[in-house]
Amino acid sequence: MPDPNGLVNLTIDGAPVSVPKGTLVIEAAKQAGILVPHYCYHPGLPVAGVCRMCLVEIEKAPKLQIACATPVTDGMVVHTQSRQARDGRMGVLELLLINHPLDCPICDQAGECELQDFTFQEGRPATRYSPAYAKRFNPVEDFGPDVLFVPNRCILCTRCVRFMEDVAQEPVLNVSERGDRAYIGIHPDARLDHPWAGNVVDLCPVGSLLSKDFLHKARAWELDKTASICTGCSQGCNITLDTRDDVVVRIRPRPNLAVNRYFICDHGRMNYRWMNRGDRSEAPLVRQPDGTARAVDWDEALERAAAILRGAGGAAVALISPRVSTEALFLARELLASFEWTGAYQLVMGEEAPLAGVPDLALRAERAPNARGADLLGYGPDYAAALRAAEQAAVVLVLDDPQAAVRPAGALIYLGTVPPEDGSDPGADGTLRSAELVLPIANVAEEEGTFVNRDGRVQRYVQAKPAPGMAQPAWWVLGALGARLGRGTAPASAAEVFDRLAASVPAFAGLSYANLGLGGRVIGADAGVPA
Amino acid sequence: MGFPHNPHARETVLLSQYFGDPEARSYKGWVKRGGYEALQQALAMPPAAVTDVVKESGLRGRGGAGFPTGLKWTFMPKEKDKKKPHYLCVNADESEPGTFKDREIMRWTPHALLEGTLITMHAIQADVAYIYIRGEFTEPFAVMEQALAEATAAKALGTFKIYLHKGAGAYICGEETALMSSIEGKRGNPRIKPPFPAAFGVFGMPTTINNVETLAVVPHIITHGAAWHKAMSLSSPKSTGTKLFSVCGHIQKPGNYEVTMGFPLKDLVYELAGGMRPGRTLKACIPGGSSVPILNREETERCLLDYEGCVAEGTLLGSGGVIVFDDSADMVYQIMRLARFYAHESCAQCTQCREGTAWTTKILERVLAGQGKMQDLDLLLDLAENMTGKTICVLSDSCAAPVVSGIKKFRGEFEDYIAGRRRAMVA
Repeated sequence: MPDPNGLVNLTIDGAPVSVPKGTLVIEAAKQAGILVPHYCYHPGLPVAGVCRMCLVEIEKAPKLQIACATPVTDGMVVHTQSRQARDGRMGVLELLLINHPLDCPICDQAGECELQDFTFQEGRPATRYSPAYAKRFNPVEDFGPDVLFVPNRCILCTRCVRFMEDVAQEPVLNVSERGDRAYIGIHPDARLDHPWAGNVVDLCPVGSLLSKDFLHKARAWELDKTASICTGCSQGCNITLDTRDDVVVRIRPRPNLAVNRYFICDHGRMNYRWMNRGDRSEAPLVRQPDGTARAVDWDEALERAAAILRGAGGAAVALISPRVSTEALFLARELLASFEWTGAYQLVMGEEAPLAGVPDLALRAERAPNARGADLLGYGPDYAAALRAAEQAAVVLVLDDPQAAVRPAGALIYLGTVPPEDGSDPGADGTLRSAELVLPIANVAEEEGTFVNRDGRVQRYVQAKPAPGMAQPAWWVLGALGARLGRGTAPASAAEVFDRLAASVPAFAGLSYANLGLGGRVIGADAGVPA
Repeated sequence: MGFPHNPHARETVLLSQYFGDPEARSYKGWVKRGGYEALQQALAMPPAAVTDVVKESGLRGRGGAGFPTGLKWTFMPKEKDKKKPHYLCVNADESEPGTFKDREIMRWTPHALLEGTLITMHAIQADVAYIYIRGEFTEPFAVMEQALAEATAAKALGTFKIYLHKGAGAYICGEETALMSSIEGKRGNPRIKPPFPAAFGVFGMPTTINNVETLAVVPHIITHGAAWHKAMSLSSPKSTGTKLFSVCGHIQKPGNYEVTMGFPLKDLVYELAGGMRPGRTLKACIPGGSSVPILNREETERCLLDYEGCVAEGTLLGSGGVIVFDDSADMVYQIMRLARFYAHESCAQCTQCREGTAWTTKILERVLAGQGKMQDLDLLLDLAENMTGKTICVLSDSCAAPVVSGIKKFRGEFEDYIAGRRRAMVA
């Protein structure tokens, strides 16, 4: 019976499921909470239907069908756990393992390997492949800047081949040879050096394509995973920060169909070492009358900052990094609201690198995650003008811009994740190093907050590790400072700051920290205002 | 270049009438023999009428699957979308071991194929046809090239375009979707169906794929009518017309024999093909190319050569490649050779096929080497079960079929190797 909503109704393992027409059985099963084991299928790639792992029994079909290539039909009855279906999949697993080296103890993929997982789940307890038979052997190959190919572990699912061909649209990989001699081949004159090539490592369901960067760094079960947003450019790709003992060791894409689908570029993937920097600002520093800086507690530091701001009037300049949270940008602006303030950021530009097969996805030329957020909050890109204005300003607030070469006549307050990097001597007059206050703040891995990507999508990131020493999130520092100046209570969380922001800045109207979820929301989208 | 035998009295020579007649190869010679008249007749009919005649004739695909040809043509869109040209692919890849009938059609009567191709193009409203010729067929390719050039010069093609496409020698490219991939310039890998070729074929356009022999029959059906063709049947009315059988193996007179559907396999082997070598007796026979289950002697002597008759004996008519084994044949070795062929030719896409064909071969090699175990036979059967009906194409099933039927019917020979009663060999 056709559904009035245009949905197709079917039954999977006894559970009724309603999905749009054209949905594949494997996706419909997910709706019912059933993961049909699979290797070659990936929602971000064209269907290949070659691994034959997702065999399921469909009533009235003459033989087992692959769930990944079978569209749902009305009244379809699917059994994923029938004897026949399980036997079919067990047969595939046995065959996938006969040429597999079973070297899990030394394999990087162990613990997050789909071959391991599904074999534990429904494989044969022991092989029937005689140890007298040789296994296929091919030596390890260096595919590209970050990709190592271990052919012996390959199950020829061809996800990597299809990614390079259909998504990256740079078809440098293929299946070479036939039969059980087949292996993933690379064009003899090519390297796997496409700016998005690293995705083949994530796509590989086994330990055949490995990241050289991550090689032997950690076992999968030692990793903590935290949802975050890539800071590499203005695209705002959703990522997972993998940490081992509070050290970020890997970045992987986190699916978001509206932003990055299942992928991230190599620039973003490698953009994490700075998060682990050891030479951080760890305590608030206050400039002494003799010019030296003294480490103080937050109470003293904030009191000093409040005193500076209370005593000043006239012009103020904020030099900010487009890499800080929307929350910090909002509070900085609130803090300077009583001044005639201007704010600007310096945007590092690079080469744009699109992923051809996915519309609106690229490593963007603007290499910072929150320039759009800064724009929306009244900061501008004319950094040079702001630098000039800073020379006359009563107060200059530098927000995580450690290279700001500023020479203010008035007071200089620097909030930074790292010590000033302006290169001059600590004692030199009027540079960032001689700031009245150097306040240590958390970096993106150490706090939560939001960024606004180039399309106006506000997205949350979550804290993955503790901040060093006394460093605090910038929103905490700026919020506490505001409270000391009598501007309401200090916010208790990034969520609270964001909700204040949404209530007071029209562009963010209708949004709340809670309703952003982990997928984010586009500003103005709900109110019908063009983003 | 070998010349064919003189027709046996019990043969029904239709396609093979001019085998061995060099003059029939030329355009002029073909026209002199009544060639291209059927084409003129067909072009005067509406396309749907041509399809109806073929449908009515009961013609079924001669490539192996035996799908009704006229019915296949009706799957093509009736109304032609201007942006979607129709294609005809002619499967001349003939790579099934034991089969060599298409080769002879192309060698001796290239214009029969061209004429059939043109009539079919008219019926399915195709603009372009690709004749996909097996890479190893250098001589048939040259003959076809010459014939196409002559036909083109004689303006026999009209507005139709026919291209000869040379394969690179992969068995799998005889599978229709792999053939299309190969024509497109891609690796010859089979594709998932649906979409079926009639909707999404070569270059994504509506496509029909027919075997050489199927198309070579078409002019005869147009000339003589559907009823004439339908009447040619010795057994099941569902199998009509004549069929070329390529007989090879332990036989006195190997070659192509054309008989009416339903002809007894026994007579083909013992009578037409001259029977066994002196002092030898029949042990087994594969009636439809290497992919079909093996028949033992009793079954061979019972089997009638049509689609239904073969199914009744638990095998398939396939492509009509009859491989004969006499009592000197080592069935374990023969089956290992077949498995090794499939292991070599697997396209490597589906797990069961890529790994299963190779594993099957390894087990059989070990049995031959005298190191097999009794449980290896059960393992082979279980593997075969796992390799049947679970993959994109039937290459995997084709490897399993002779293994299963071989173990079932000649188990003693396997057990002799395993028990050490037979001298081991390194194959």
